Amino acid sequence: MTPTEPRPTRIRLRYTKLGKVRFLSHRDVASVWERVIRRARLPIAYSEGFSPRPRMHFGLALSVAHESVDEYIDIDLRDEVSLDGLADQLSELLPHGIDVLAVAEIARSAESLQGEVDQVTWQFTMPGVSTVELTDRVAEWLARESVDVSIIRKGKPTTADVRAVVDELLVVEPTDDDDDATPAGARLVAVMSTRPRSIRPAEFLASFDPPLVEGRVRRLAQIILTDGVAGSPLPTPHPTSALPVSG
Amino acid sequence: MTSIWTQLEPLLAKVQKPARYIGCEDGSITPVHGPDLVSWLMIYPDTYEIGLPNQGLQILAEIVNERPDAVAERSYAPWIDLEVELRAAGLPLFSLETHRPAGEFDLMGFNLSAELTYTNLVNCIDLAGLPILAAERDASHPLIVVGGHCTYNPEPIADFVDLVVLGDGEEVIGEITAVVGDWKRAGCTDRHELFVRLSAIEGVYVPSLYESTFGPDGKLVATLPIDPAAPDRIEKRTIADLGEWPYPKAQLVPLTEVVHDRLNVEIFRGCTRGCRFCQAGMITRPVRERPAEQVKQMVADGLRRTGYDEVALTSLSSADFSGIQDVVAGIVDDPLNNGQVSVSLPSLRVDAFTVGIAAEIQRARRTGLTFAPEAGTWRMRQVINKLIREEDLYGAVESAYSQGWRRMKLYFLIGLPTETDEDTLGIIELARKCVEIGREYHKNPSVTVSIGGFVPKPHTPFQWFGQNTNQELQRKVNLLRDAAKKFRGVELKWHDPKASVVEGLMSRGDRRLGAVIAEVWRNGGTFQEWSECFRLDLWLEAMANAGLEVDDHVYRHRLEHEPLPWDHLSAGLHRDFLWQDWRDALAEVGLPDCRWTPCYDCGACTGYSIEHVVASATPPAGGSQGTGQDLASGGSVPVSLSPRKPVGVS
Repeated sequence: MTPTEPRPTRIRLRYTKLGKVRFLSHRDVASVWERVIRRARLPIAYSEGFSPRPRMHFGLALSVAHESVDEYIDIDLRDEVSLDGLADQLSELLPHGIDVLAVAEIARSAESLQGEVDQVTWQFTMPGVSTVELTDRVAEWLARESVDVSIIRKGKPTTADVRAVVDELLVVEPTDDDDDATPAGARLVAVMSTRPRSIRPAEFLASFDPPLVEGRVRRLAQIILTDGVAGSPLPTPHPTSALPVSG
Repeated sequence: MTSIWTQLEPLLAKVQKPARYIGCEDGSITPVHGPDLVSWLMIYPDTYEIGLPNQGLQILAEIVNERPDAVAERSYAPWIDLEVELRAAGLPLFSLETHRPAGEFDLMGFNLSAELTYTNLVNCIDLAGLPILAAERDASHPLIVVGGHCTYNPEPIADFVDLVVLGDGEEVIGEITAVVGDWKRAGCTDRHELFVRLSAIEGVYVPSLYESTFGPDGKLVATLPIDPAAPDRIEKRTIADLGEWPYPKAQLVPLTEVVHDRLNVEIFRGCTRGCRFCQAGMITRPVRERPAEQVKQMVADGLRRTGYDEVALTSLSSADFSGIQDVVAGIVDDPLNNGQVSVSLPSLRVDAFTVGIAAEIQRARRTGLTFAPEAGTWRMRQVINKLIREEDLYGAVESAYSQGWRRMKLYFLIGLPTETDEDTLGIIELARKCVEIGREYHKNPSVTVSIGGFVPKPHTPFQWFGQNTNQELQRKVNLLRDAAKKFRGVELKWHDPKASVVEGLMSRGDRRLGAVIAEVWRNGGTFQEWSECFRLDLWLEAMANAGLEVDDHVYRHRLEHEPLPWDHLSAGLHRDFLWQDWRDALAEVGLPDCRWTPCYDCGACTGYSIEHVVASATPPAGGSQGTGQDLASGGSVPVSLSPRKPVGVS
């Protein structure tokens, strides 16, 4: 039997960031992944040079203290690995609150996650705010032609129209399957476009007058539009066992 | 179940680096408390980033949690922003594992590794909701226990603590737990009786059972027991065999950035090189090596479990470990490590042999190299007994440059006994020559000279020496700065001489310093280790208000028979040995390492009937290394080791 040539591949994983680990920074999460990949003995590829780094790529940044059920990481491997059971194996090694929901091989030439995502769905849970009150305020906000706010990009103050990037805004009822850690309160779901530029959740909340309280913020979905049809960054995941949390 | 998590959570969104307060580290456990279980809260009185890697607290927490009758959790000093939020919300200091209020534990155990954390110790006691003074606490409060190197003179903090533990904690923590457990199950009645029982445990000092008396001239007369049951003198604890204590078994892997973020495996404890300024080397004798096979196992298991790609082999002088080359090669060549694991030896010896090992172990990632010649001239190095010859240093430096390193860091102390300006300026001379050697290999070599002001420590031969004033230290820093400017490639960094004043006060101060610490704390002087928080003015003001002189506590030379605040505490070292070593220092006479030369009876082995545990009776190759033996330098000497079985050399 002749040894087969290694086949370098790229895999993409969807994962959660829920509960206490929501206080980790982007950089903290990257180090956690680095160690977990080594513990799982995945044949990760390293960059060239004086100080080689493992080749991992993350999607849109998530602010410290915000949760998510739709985060992505791309990992370059020196050789292909079986994806059967990989999601469960990694979830076992990852800290409580970070669970792998899906995994798939993707093209090594795939565009960066950051460049691909067109829309982000956010959920805001606001303790102490009633659904009735929130519904009124949202209706009033939606009725405005434009909602300009001052934002800072690359260290420079500028103005952006938040209304223009909000594609959908709904007040929803809390669902039963919520974990205990999420506080009770009125709930708002916003689908926001990343173009012409992303508006951060805090900036969106600040565009209300008076501003909405932040409460608990959770990213529900990252969306790629193809001819106007919404799709996932991971359209056809490798089959996995029971998903810890549904997106 | 009492947890303040739900009240704490909204506050975390408002503070810097909230990940410091969530726990959740890989390896951490969630202990189940019970009415009959003794609960310890292990606290490092500085930030999470500094405190989490502390191996001592991790070892003790594991040992306690293995006991059926006890549980342990951890805590760290919250940064100022969270402290403000906690106080505003009426919330106490809390544990990280279950976010339980600190005041609900039976014991709060602090690691004291740095004198400048003393106001944080007081702040943590207060933030737990306890009276800061031990005398004002009762059976409803946790016992405040302190351990770590600073506790060899705990007198400045005697007012605040209930128990002081001297020496290795592995065995004594169980003994304390058992006594406190009996007392708790018997209904927590007689607290004085509890203290008397605890004071009978070797290595445990109960300050409230002692009183310091002062003469009319304000000088200490003695610190004596006021209870007949308390011993006159407290001896430190020493574990005889490190191999019996393979801890931590599950080193914590934090989810956020900390210092020393890597696997740490302690390869030996103790050091007999006899550097006279070094308190750690004096108080941790004798040398006890971990068996090489156990080191290899702990490294392999640890890397597998944690996913780290760096392991530090820790000790006071890791290149002295008998099996160092073999252990290092085993890690670097392990196919399971994929060539991606690097090894670091935090305390490098100054010689070419050591650089050879460094080159071997930093194949994956090459960081800077650090050497500690400590003093600029041979005369000065004889005084401090750091017997590195100039050719040892130049050999090491040449070896490093020739193997690809371009940057080097050299550590030095200023303000040493008998130091002249010639000695001080010798530092720059050494650095200049190192840069010159580098020029033969690289275009722009650089040497960073890192300067610390010497603070005399208890239980060392320099405990009698009057520390340089901060003005004198600053003058020496200025001398060095001016001299360094003339040479390209020599970069100077220094520790603030003002901080050395307070370190000096705490290092050799007596019980009267308690009032000073309390006042500085009351005026907001926490996190004094942090230059942005350090406030010398608060300390000087508090000293004046207490009617105490800095000069008397810090700058004055002590007399041979003068009572010292730590006379009732023993690290095993005979006072006449230390005095003789002090006389030898002043006479510029070196003392060889007793691992490889006959015993000079310092007291550490003989007093406790224990011995050095080293696998080789042959000193390591390369450089003179203070052995007093004529060893060839330059890294050409092969390492020859006798069969790896422990040899007692005493």
